[in-house]
Amino acid sequence: MLAADLLVAQNIGFGIIALLMIVGALRVVTVNNVVHAALWLVVVLSGAAAQYLLLSAEFVAITQVLVYVGAVMVLFLFGTMLTRARIGAENDLNNKNWKIAIPVSLLMLGVMSWVIVDGFQDEKLIENPGEMSQVPIQLISDDIFGPYLLPFWALSFVLLVAVIGAIVLARKD
Amino acid sequence: MLAAEATAEIHASTGWFLENAWVIPIIPAVAFVLIIFFGKKMPMKGSEFGVASMLASLVLAVGAAWQWIQRVDGVSHAAHSAVEEGAHHAAPFVGPIIREWTWWQSGGFEFGIGQHIDGLALTLLVVVAFISSLVQIYSLEYLRGDRRYTHFFAALTLFSAGMLCMVLAPNMVQLILGWEIMGLCSFMLIGHWWEEEANSRAALKAFFTVRVGDMGLLIGTGILFFSANNWTQANLGVSGFNISGLSAWAMSGDASQSALTWGAVALFVACIGKSGQFPLHTWLPDAMAGPTPVSSLLHSSTMVVAGVFLVGRLYPVFWEGMKIGDTNINFIVLIGGITIVIAALLAFVQHDIKKVLAYSTVSQLGYMMLGLGAGAWLPAIFHIFTHAFFKACLFLAAGSVSHSGSHHSFDMKKDMGGLAKKMPITATTWIISTLALAGVFPLAGFFSKDEIIDNVGHNGYTAFMIVGLSGAFLTAAYMTRATYLTFFGEARGAAAGEHHDEHDAHAAHVDHGAHDTHGAHDAHGDHGDHGPHESPKLITIPLIILAALALVAGLANATPFGSNWENFKKYVEPSSEYVMVESAVASGPGESIVVPAAEEGAKKEGCAVVAPEEGMACYFPTVSHAKFKWSKAALSLFIVAVGLVSSWLFCVQYYTRRNRRLVGLTERNTVLRGGYKLLWNKYYLDALYEKVIVRAVAYPIARAAYWFNQNVLDGIVNAAGKISRRVAGWVYRNIDQRVVDGAVNGSGAAARGTGGALRPVQSGKVNQYGALLFAAAAIGALILVIINT
Amino acid sequence: MLTAQFLLLGAVLFCIGVYGVLARKNAVMVLMSIELILNSVNLNLLAFSVRHGSVDGNTFALYIIAIAAAEVGVGLAMVLLIYRNRRTIALDDLSEMKG
Repeated sequence: MLAADLLVAQNIGFGIIALLMIVGALRVVTVNNVVHAALWLVVVLSGAAAQYLLLSAEFVAITQVLVYVGAVMVLFLFGTMLTRARIGAENDLNNKNWKIAIPVSLLMLGVMSWVIVDGFQDEKLIENPGEMSQVPIQLISDDIFGPYLLPFWALSFVLLVAVIGAIVLARKD
Repeated sequence: MLAAEATAEIHASTGWFLENAWVIPIIPAVAFVLIIFFGKKMPMKGSEFGVASMLASLVLAVGAAWQWIQRVDGVSHAAHSAVEEGAHHAAPFVGPIIREWTWWQSGGFEFGIGQHIDGLALTLLVVVAFISSLVQIYSLEYLRGDRRYTHFFAALTLFSAGMLCMVLAPNMVQLILGWEIMGLCSFMLIGHWWEEEANSRAALKAFFTVRVGDMGLLIGTGILFFSANNWTQANLGVSGFNISGLSAWAMSGDASQSALTWGAVALFVACIGKSGQFPLHTWLPDAMAGPTPVSSLLHSSTMVVAGVFLVGRLYPVFWEGMKIGDTNINFIVLIGGITIVIAALLAFVQHDIKKVLAYSTVSQLGYMMLGLGAGAWLPAIFHIFTHAFFKACLFLAAGSVSHSGSHHSFDMKKDMGGLAKKMPITATTWIISTLALAGVFPLAGFFSKDEIIDNVGHNGYTAFMIVGLSGAFLTAAYMTRATYLTFFGEARGAAAGEHHDEHDAHAAHVDHGAHDTHGAHDAHGDHGDHGPHESPKLITIPLIILAALALVAGLANATPFGSNWENFKKYVEPSSEYVMVESAVASGPGESIVVPAAEEGAKKEGCAVVAPEEGMACYFPTVSHAKFKWSKAALSLFIVAVGLVSSWLFCVQYYTRRNRRLVGLTERNTVLRGGYKLLWNKYYLDALYEKVIVRAVAYPIARAAYWFNQNVLDGIVNAAGKISRRVAGWVYRNIDQRVVDGAVNGSGAAARGTGGALRPVQSGKVNQYGALLFAAAAIGALILVIINT
Repeated sequence: MLTAQFLLLGAVLFCIGVYGVLARKNAVMVLMSIELILNSVNLNLLAFSVRHGSVDGNTFALYIIAIAAAEVGVGLAMVLLIYRNRRTIALDDLSEMKG
């Protein structure tokens, strides 16, 4: 019965983290303070990393923390500070569009939930949770440097271009 | 187990040079890097790296060729002892020495780099290394003091690396690599004196014209790879890029005919571009804007034969794709035949000595293509070999004339004439090469060109044999004209010691005028005042060596003297024997040497007649060889003699005696005037390309894009506004006017509301556009879901 | 654990992200919302990776993280440039049309 206990524990964990993430995400798009929004985004991203752990993707979770929570958030905070001298609550962060945006996103949510619920019903992600072993990093590296080498190269190139482009764009002449 | 023994023997008879032939292109590649980084600091400005690397490559290539000869001898001895009855119809199979390293693999595709050494590759290796060495030595003097001396040698060395790399390519990817390096170097070298606008235009033209053809190379390689890969992987264990794999696939009988045909056509388009065949030949004469050594090396003897080499290399593909064995007309032979005649005719109206030679090159390349297209593989490859020597010699002699005889002019009518006495060595080498080019017995050109014509007729392409014979007449005639104008008759212009103003010279000879401006002239200004004289030793020695080869190179495959003299046939022509398939190639990184076993026993049918059995493969079609007859040779020799003599007599009458009846004939006679005008304007092909095709293709696209921008995109934006206004107007007119009183205010508001409802769509706000996008996507998804449930 | 629960979480995050992209005025906030969308996609990829018992999903997720980093870099550089030229990063004020 160990497997069943594990299952329950996993489900509880999922529920708590998912709740945190949804609340965080809602705060990100509603809060009236850019810095606060960034901090709420940290909550969502860390929650995502935790979900990855539940999905036994350790390597992706670590990368998520390093890249997103570490680097990307720092970038955001810098961007905020460089564009806005004032760090504090503002009133006009939302535009008049929210009246359209709410029905649109609700419509999308409705369509997607319908499709997902209809398509997967109560299919188990994996029959026996005990079997779910962590993904060896070796396999991922074999994947990256094997069949997906070309996208990897393209990606390296994109990163290079992004670095150069960011410097060129942000440079003061 | 005779086969096993034979295999062991073959393994034993490969030598160090053969197994390490891949080093040959690496040497000039390394030299290129050295020249670029350290060239300017060296005492000879980097040229020593170039010359040394080419000489080293030459030594290695000759060593490899020597070991190849021994290997073929060894195998044929073994085969003779193994097969007592001696009934085998084809030469015993001597497998190429293939080595391949995988440098990249992705998604199951492997890309290798390495070597594929056989007779064809070795012939080209030796020729390229040899001519490159001589031309670099020649350039030491010819470009002395040039502003971009170091860069010139760097590009020349890189070119040699590219050509050598292409020649020994074991797969199409490496072949394309070498091919494109050559294209780049050709561009850099034609535009060497880019300060003159004409030169940079010529460089661009060459690059773009060849590029049009190169599309075909990529497309053809793609077609062949995707249709052959499964077969080659299954049967030979190599990828569909592998050249011997492609050959075996084409000959296997399992290949799809349409894939073969379209692949061959696409590849041949690349050859048309690279080898200056009609209708893409127009870049080659303009490429003479480059320095003369470049014309000599790239645009006559080596780079432009790359197209011919490609056809020869993948001959089974072309053989099957074009049905060379079964028909009496096909794409290759047609293009070759047209090229021979139109280029030879163009050579008559040129004033520039290098342009005469350029058109002559185009015409001779036409001969090679004609031979390949008609199944005369061996004579065509042999013609590459002989043509390289005498054409390189002719160009270098032309360079020598301009260097020391005509004050850097290339205009035969203005600045040459009577130079034979002043420049005896140059004149002698030129005349020997001219006779070789014309095909006079027993010089080099006779043995190759006559063989092509003979075999073309023998294989049933009778009409094209006549084309070849008339081409021989034209060749003899225009070369005599050029010889007469340059070396005989009265001296004119600079050749007579006149010095025109430097700037006049430039205006008259845009092609090469820049030569002076870069100080090449200053360097030997001390003797610049003396008028025509013989060139220095660094120029004459390569000339003498090449002329000597033009004399004797034909003996390498002297068919008239019996089969003992047919060395090319023995050592270069691949065997059309069925061979056992050995899929011994290791997959993954690492090296592999495939040497298919020699097959003992005689066969009744050759390759290309009957498809090979299971487990066997063919690497070359059975080509038939015409039997040499003096009667046939006599006909072509007679034609050549008529061409030489009649042209000589005409030149004497026309240029020296100024015969009244001949001079001005083109102005008096309408037909001749029309013909002359057509030739003078190069059949209007340039005009066709630049004025018609470029305009017809590029302009409408630009105009259509502009129209689309103006009418459709702006139209959509404007239409929304217009429609709303019109709706508002309609509402206003019909409702406001008709529904009287009371409703006036309401309808006015409604009208403005309708317009206003549509206007915000064009707000220019990103969020709004995003909202529309996502809403549309969501609705679209919803519709799909509803339809599917 | 059901497959649907991860996918639904992804869908919710995605829609919140879409709302953010549409309703936010500040360009930096829009970029943050895009990060939400990307993360929801990653969640889906990993869930399917487990479901199919293959590593490919992990690989793609890593690629997406890398792309997202590049996107944020370039995006913030653009925001800086806009700010320098216009003294504002409110997307509404960027429009030059009269609508």
